[in-house]
Amino acid sequence: MSAVDVREAITRAHHEEWARVVAALTRRFGDLDIAEEAAAEAFATAVERWPVDGVPPNPGAWLTTSANRKAIDRIRRENKRDDKQKQAQMLYDDDDEPGEPLGAIDDERLRLIFTCCHPALAMESRVALTLRMLGGLTVPEIARAFLVPETTMGQRITRAKAKIKAARIPYRVPSTEDLPARVSGVLAVLFLVFNEGYLATGPDTDPVRHDLTTEAIRLTRLIRALMPDDGEVAGLLALMLLTEARRTARVSAGGELVPLGEQDRGSWDAALVAEGHRLVRDRLATGMAPGPYQILAAINAVHTSARDVRDTDWSQVVALYDQLVRLDPSPVIALNRAIAVAELDGPEVALAAVDRLEKQLAGYHAYHVARADLLRRLGRGQQSRAAYDRAIELAGNTAETAYLTRRRDQLG
Amino acid sequence: MHYLVSVIDDTAGLATPDEMVAINAFNDRLKAEGHWVFAGGLATPSSATVIDNRGARAMVTDGPFLESKEYLAGFWIIEAPDLDVALNLAAQASTHCNRKVEIRPFVGVDLPPLGE
Repeated sequence: MSAVDVREAITRAHHEEWARVVAALTRRFGDLDIAEEAAAEAFATAVERWPVDGVPPNPGAWLTTSANRKAIDRIRRENKRDDKQKQAQMLYDDDDEPGEPLGAIDDERLRLIFTCCHPALAMESRVALTLRMLGGLTVPEIARAFLVPETTMGQRITRAKAKIKAARIPYRVPSTEDLPARVSGVLAVLFLVFNEGYLATGPDTDPVRHDLTTEAIRLTRLIRALMPDDGEVAGLLALMLLTEARRTARVSAGGELVPLGEQDRGSWDAALVAEGHRLVRDRLATGMAPGPYQILAAINAVHTSARDVRDTDWSQVVALYDQLVRLDPSPVIALNRAIAVAELDGPEVALAAVDRLEKQLAGYHAYHVARADLLRRLGRGQQSRAAYDRAIELAGNTAETAYLTRRRDQLG
Repeated sequence: MHYLVSVIDDTAGLATPDEMVAINAFNDRLKAEGHWVFAGGLATPSSATVIDNRGARAMVTDGPFLESKEYLAGFWIIEAPDLDVALNLAAQASTHCNRKVEIRPFVGVDLPPLGE
C-alpha cells in the first residue's frame, strides 16, 4: 500500500469513525473530555503506526480499541480508584467484543449531539462542541470557521466540557416534552456544520468538505426519523438535500467555484433534488405556517425546478425572501434578498439595497461579492475591481477565491 | 446530585400571600417526588452583615457583600439525577415563586458517569 493510500485511509477513517469513537467512549467512560482526548490520541497513533504496520482490516474497531486503551491509561495515570476504573478495567480486558449493531451506534451519536447542543450551553459552545465531538474538526479549524482566535475557541470547548461534567448535563435523547425545543437548537447547529462543509474555509482543505455536509445530512435524517411531524426538521433536511444536489456542479474541474446561474444543471443529483422537492411539497400540503428552514428550502426548490437559469421564477424567490425577512430580519437574509431582487428589478435597485447593509456586513465576504457583481453589471469597473479585491481578501474558500480572482481579472 | 436554585429578586418586596401558597404547594410536590433537600426565604439584603476573620481580628461590615440591583431572595436545594430534571424543576420554581432563578450544581465527589 502506498503512502498516499495510507494517508487516504487515515483521512477516511477520521471522517467515518471519529464521532462513533467519541460517542462509544463517552458512553463507556461517562466523560466527554476523556473520550475526546483518547479518540485524538488513537488517531495520532494511527498516523504513526498504519504507514509501518499497514491499515488494519477494520479501522473503526482498531481505533475504538486503541482509544479505549488510551482512556484507561489516562484514568490509571490519574489514579482514580473508584468504580469508574473498575468498570473500565473490566472492559479493557474485553478486546474481542464484537462491534455494536449499526442502530445502536447511530443512537449513541444522537445522544452525543443532544448533549453537545444542550440549551444550558451558550450557542457558540454548542456549535464548537458539535464540530469537535461529532464532526471531528480540530480546534484551529473551528476557530477559523467562526473567526475567533484558537486560544479563545480552545477555552470555549474546555469550559463547555467542564460545565457538562459539573452540572451533570445528561448524555441521552431528551424526553418527549422537551424534544421540540431541544431539536430547534440542534438544527441551528447542524445548519452551521452543513455550511462549513459546503463552503469550507481552510486554505488547505477541499473547497467542499463532503464529509461535513454528509454528516450534517445524516444527523438531520436521524432527527427526522425521531420527529417525523416536525416541519422545521423536514425543512432543514430539504434545504440541505437541495443544496447538496448541486455540490459537484458547484466546483469546476479546475477547482473554481461555479455560481448557480452558470452551473451545468444536468449534473445536479436528480435523486436528491426529487427527495428535496417531495419534502417541500409535503410541508406545503400540511397548510401550516412554515418556519425559516422551510422557506429557505422552498427558495431552493424554486431554483432547482428551473431547467435553465433563465426559467427561474424570480418573483416567487423574492416573495419567499419577503416572507423570510419577516421571520428573520438578519442582514445576511436581506443581502440574499437583494441578490434575487437584481434579477427582478435590475442591478441598480439591488445595489442600493446591498449598500444599505454596509455597516453590518462590511467584514463579510459575500457582501463584497454581491457588490462586485452588481457594480460590474452596471459597468462601474473600477469600483467593481475594488469590491472584488476586498471579497478575495475576506473569502476563505479556495474555489471561491479562484473564481473571484478570474472575474476580477476579466474586468476591462 | 444536589443543585442550588437561587431566587433572584430585583424588587423590595417579600413573597406575597398568593406566592407563598404557590411556593408551599410546589414544596409539597418536591417532597412527594423525592427532590426536596431544603429551602428558605431570606430577609432583605439590608439585614445582612459581612464578617472577615482571616486577619488579626474579625472585620464586621454592615450590609451585603455585593451591592447590586439584583439580590438573592431565597433558595432551594434540590436533589435531581441530572441537569435536565433540575432545569424542569427550576423552571417550575421560577413560576411558583414568580421570580427569576439561577441553578448551580454543588461540587460532587461521587458523580455517577454521564451514560446512566
